[in-house]
Amino acid sequence: MSGQKKVKHHMSAMAKREERTGLLFVAAPAIGFLLFMLWPIIFAVLTSLTNWNGAKGFQGMMSKFCGLNNYVKLFSDRKFWQTLVTTTIYLIGIPIGMILGLLLAMGMNRKIPGVRILRTMYYLPVISSLVAVSILWAWVYNYDYGLLNVIIKTLTGMHGPNWLGDEVLIKVAMIIFMVWKGLGTSIILYLAGLQNIPRNYYEAAMVDGANGWQKFRNITLPLLSPVTFYILVTTLIGGFQVFVEVQVMTPNGNGGIGYSAATIVFYLYQKAFESYQLGYASAIAVILAIIIFIITLINFIGQDKWVKTIE
Amino acid sequence: MKDRDYANSGIKSKKEKYINIIVFILLALGAVTMVFPFFYMVMTSFMTKNQYLSAELKVIPDPWVWGKYSEVLSKGNFISGIINTLCVEVPVLVIGGFTSTLAAFSFAKLKFRGKGAIFMGLLATIMIPFAVIMIPQYVMFTQLKWTDSLLPLIIPACFGNVSMIFFLRQNLTSIPNDLMDAAKLDGCGYFRTFLQIYFPLMKGAVGTQITLWFMAIWNDYLAPTIFLRSESTWTLQVVIRSFNTYYSIQSDYALIMAASVIAMIPTIILFFCFQKVIIESVAISGIK
Repeated sequence: MSGQKKVKHHMSAMAKREERTGLLFVAAPAIGFLLFMLWPIIFAVLTSLTNWNGAKGFQGMMSKFCGLNNYVKLFSDRKFWQTLVTTTIYLIGIPIGMILGLLLAMGMNRKIPGVRILRTMYYLPVISSLVAVSILWAWVYNYDYGLLNVIIKTLTGMHGPNWLGDEVLIKVAMIIFMVWKGLGTSIILYLAGLQNIPRNYYEAAMVDGANGWQKFRNITLPLLSPVTFYILVTTLIGGFQVFVEVQVMTPNGNGGIGYSAATIVFYLYQKAFESYQLGYASAIAVILAIIIFIITLINFIGQDKWVKTIE
Repeated sequence: MKDRDYANSGIKSKKEKYINIIVFILLALGAVTMVFPFFYMVMTSFMTKNQYLSAELKVIPDPWVWGKYSEVLSKGNFISGIINTLCVEVPVLVIGGFTSTLAAFSFAKLKFRGKGAIFMGLLATIMIPFAVIMIPQYVMFTQLKWTDSLLPLIIPACFGNVSMIFFLRQNLTSIPNDLMDAAKLDGCGYFRTFLQIYFPLMKGAVGTQITLWFMAIWNDYLAPTIFLRSESTWTLQVVIRSFNTYYSIQSDYALIMAASVIAMIPTIILFFCFQKVIIESVAISGIK
């Protein structure tokens, strides 16, 4: 009896040691999370309730308390709505990239030579510096001398449009650029998903006399739905945070003619770090976080309806 | 009956072959389109100003101008940009890589209360836009008087990287727990168990994650552009963006392209060397 008790006591001492060590080993990321994530989030919410411009530290901030004023102002801020709409328009690139990525991945999933090289070529934009390729595409879109307009001129004899100098075309140009930049990721994810589908599913469908479309509709698409879901969630979160492209590709980093290319993060950046309206910028940031949270939440709630898993 | 089946499959495979040829041609055309801007970028960096401002479709430099690359390297900011980027990379990858690996080991192999909650909390940070925390971080770093140094980019990252922790934890689940029990029986301490038994088995995965992290830091722009207030601390991406602003007024696109090409080379080389594991790691993220 007493022996057993002793063993139990001994065990719990070991478990205690394991518990302490376990916590110690995750301490760094946990503290990092508190200091550089959680605290900043709380601080952002507090700042959004003030008219603070960064002066006189924390006390300076609290003395500029203005309640929900910033949020009220945001509602009638034309630029805020404009950038929100532009950000949403850019999201068109997401389904385009997903459809293209799926088609290309299906092509690569066939028995054709050089798949590895092809895959690498499509993936090259993904690993390249966003600043460098934005600079590159600003040059490609250049009105007088850019590659695109030179090609258009050679083919049609007419001068191409002013891609980055037109309120509508600049959005088209941005979407094309973003699809190009991200295509490689969806190809790789879809290709992995396709290779994960058991062969015998298709064989069974063949026996049942299913045609190509039916196989695609009833096997491929549903079994790829977890990948589609993953791409959707990550690209939507990323899509609301477009910034670098706008700053680098618009002339002088001004957000384009009539602010036509500016995104919500670009607007936030200018408010915070160019006009030092930290309170107002924080209110934009809080709204942005809420939008992203709600969209991700909708995604996760909605997934039961269409996301299947392979059993 | 059997013969007909055979003939049928013959037709089918022939048809299949044609389809494959067409698919290959389409894929190859697409791939060339994807890569062509890069090709044009490199070519522009070797052209004379007259050529690239001629508005004629001539892609091959005539004549070849080799001097732009040495000109880029001689611009004061450029080399210091590379050095500054490396000054961020080294401490972050060594210290942050260590803290992340150790945390992943703990999450995967040790039992302690609150493990699930802490892990979920860390994972949720992936959803938090950087735009939300950048203003408070900027205020914090200004008050700490860090904004004239590289510390804002180094210190927070040393606490670890959530996606690295996530991947390594995933990777560790495939390594049996028996090793842990055996080590316990031998009276081997947790840290020694980690260092001498598990770490050697995780080396490959750690290497992949470090490579990906290296590329992310190398390409990072938003954080450096906010936190690095003095020009002498600018990292490479901030420098090439300033090149773009400054030299496009003079239409010196060859110089801008040369600078951008150099800025892309390290990540492209790394990608070619570790292509297989990098792609695997990306692909897994979608399936898991």
